Amino acid sequence: MSESALATRGLNKSFGSLVVASNIELNLPHGVRYALIGPNGAGKTTLINLITGALRPDSGHIILGGGDVTTLPPEQRVRLGLVRTYQINSLFPHLTALESVTLAVCERLRVAQTWWRQLPAYQHEIDEAYDILSRLTLAPVCHRVTRELAYGQQRLLEIALALAVKPKVLLLDEPAAGVPREESRELFAAIAGLSSEITVLFIEHDMDLVFRFASRVIVMVGGRVLLEGTPHEIATDPRVRAVYLGKTRLEAAS
Amino acid sequence: MTSAGLTASLSPVQYLQAQVRWRWSEIVFWLATLLPFVLTPSYLVLASQIAITALFALSLDLILGYSGIVSLGHAAYFGVGAYTAGLLSQAGWGEPLTGLAVAAVAAGLFGYVTSFVVARFRHLALIMITLGIGLVMQEAANSANWITGGSDGLQGIRTWPLFGRIKFDLYGYTAYGYALAGLFLIFLVARRLIHSPFGLALRGIRENSARMPAIGAPIHAHIRTVYTIAAIIAGIAGALLAQTTETVSLESLGFQRSADVLVMLIVGGTGRLYGGLVGAAVYMVARDQLSGLNPQYWYFWIGLLLIAVVMLLPNGLLGGLSTLARRLRASS
Repeated sequence: MSESALATRGLNKSFGSLVVASNIELNLPHGVRYALIGPNGAGKTTLINLITGALRPDSGHIILGGGDVTTLPPEQRVRLGLVRTYQINSLFPHLTALESVTLAVCERLRVAQTWWRQLPAYQHEIDEAYDILSRLTLAPVCHRVTRELAYGQQRLLEIALALAVKPKVLLLDEPAAGVPREESRELFAAIAGLSSEITVLFIEHDMDLVFRFASRVIVMVGGRVLLEGTPHEIATDPRVRAVYLGKTRLEAAS
Repeated sequence: MTSAGLTASLSPVQYLQAQVRWRWSEIVFWLATLLPFVLTPSYLVLASQIAITALFALSLDLILGYSGIVSLGHAAYFGVGAYTAGLLSQAGWGEPLTGLAVAAVAAGLFGYVTSFVVARFRHLALIMITLGIGLVMQEAANSANWITGGSDGLQGIRTWPLFGRIKFDLYGYTAYGYALAGLFLIFLVARRLIHSPFGLALRGIRENSARMPAIGAPIHAHIRTVYTIAAIIAGIAGALLAQTTETVSLESLGFQRSADVLVMLIVGGTGRLYGGLVGAAVYMVARDQLSGLNPQYWYFWIGLLLIAVVMLLPNGLLGGLSTLARRLRASS
């Protein structure tokens, strides 16, 4: 168990002359809550796309639980426990919340290929999906179609879909994007309540939330990792102050 | 959607059970398909062709309506089924049920092979590829006229009596019964399929194919499976037409048939299982009536119907009906 849950080795990616990832070395131990911060265009979402396989790196390696997954297609990485959510809701608009999560459970258990047994026969899968929705306070609306859900509920459904796949490493791309402040606290409380076996890396701009919910922080600037440390170390580092954090917000947070 | 109070009292599994239960409207629909035997016995030949076309439209609905795979060449599989059944009969084996089975296997094999190409594309590229498959098959059948009879069609098909007893009569009693039974049995399979976990996965692909890999779904494998199943059903429909009409022409795998079935499905309503059946009935009855009135220009009216339906009822006739039913229920 000494090895990392997720690691990257010398990850590089550029689009033409624009370098979006430059020699990125990450080492995320099991069960740690990481925040990934940095100014717009720092390459945070690109890094998630590289890790999950939506983008191919120009060079470097991605190591998941000790195994090299650099060449695996996205869905196989998901099966190994590397799961993400999206910054902009990417859901199934005409499926109900329960149907969506049941689908994810069925895919995980590899029963989504069966076409001769009807869905109600899968009591175990349906109950598990309902249980996940309950934990995220979505049980009362589980029979609503996704596009009729409130925006904050859709953000929660994003996380529910990810949990249904039983992640070992969960990458959350601005989970609270567009959610009112009060609700975003609830949403992060749900994330904080996740099993301590799950390693979480979340992108977030609200420093209050970062300092409250992350145990480690990674700062990216211009496609590079500038610094990694505890929230306190990050908050007091003059380089971070210079390139990224507004002085006033930092002082308010520390 | 049912009201919130009812929803709350049901467990999730019970709620889903209620969704797959047979509705009264469905039972009425299938009973109504028996009416032509008594009400319009002189139209049974047309009725059998409607049933066969409805089966073809059902197979398109599985890929288009449920999985979001747009095809302009679906007649290729219909044609493979039709020619297989026709050639088998021409070669001296006219037993209908085994003919259907052989045609299903042939169309399924062809569907499976082509599905590897189809699964990799979407949208406009997919329309072009399926169109290409259809055109290739049509010209292949045209040029291989020592097998297919080319533009003259396949000659000398004789369909033996059903179960060795029931002869195919001139009025179409046997033909309609045979086609209707085929449609109903395959409908039962399709209905099961769309209510299965696999059916849910197909709807997931239709709703957001980019999201599916992020929940670990092998979407190419899913698409290959449903495409093969749809090809098998299309092949059975083709074989039914070959056996009941005892002819097979190039038209059976032509572009016109691919386009017609797409129109029927859109007019009836995609992704609702009955859309293709209703669309086929409306379309073919309209064609029958309009071509009687005006043999040359009846496609003018079909075009007008298509435009009107898409503009006024974006979810097809059945979509419009269900909206109307919901409004009536809400106001009462």
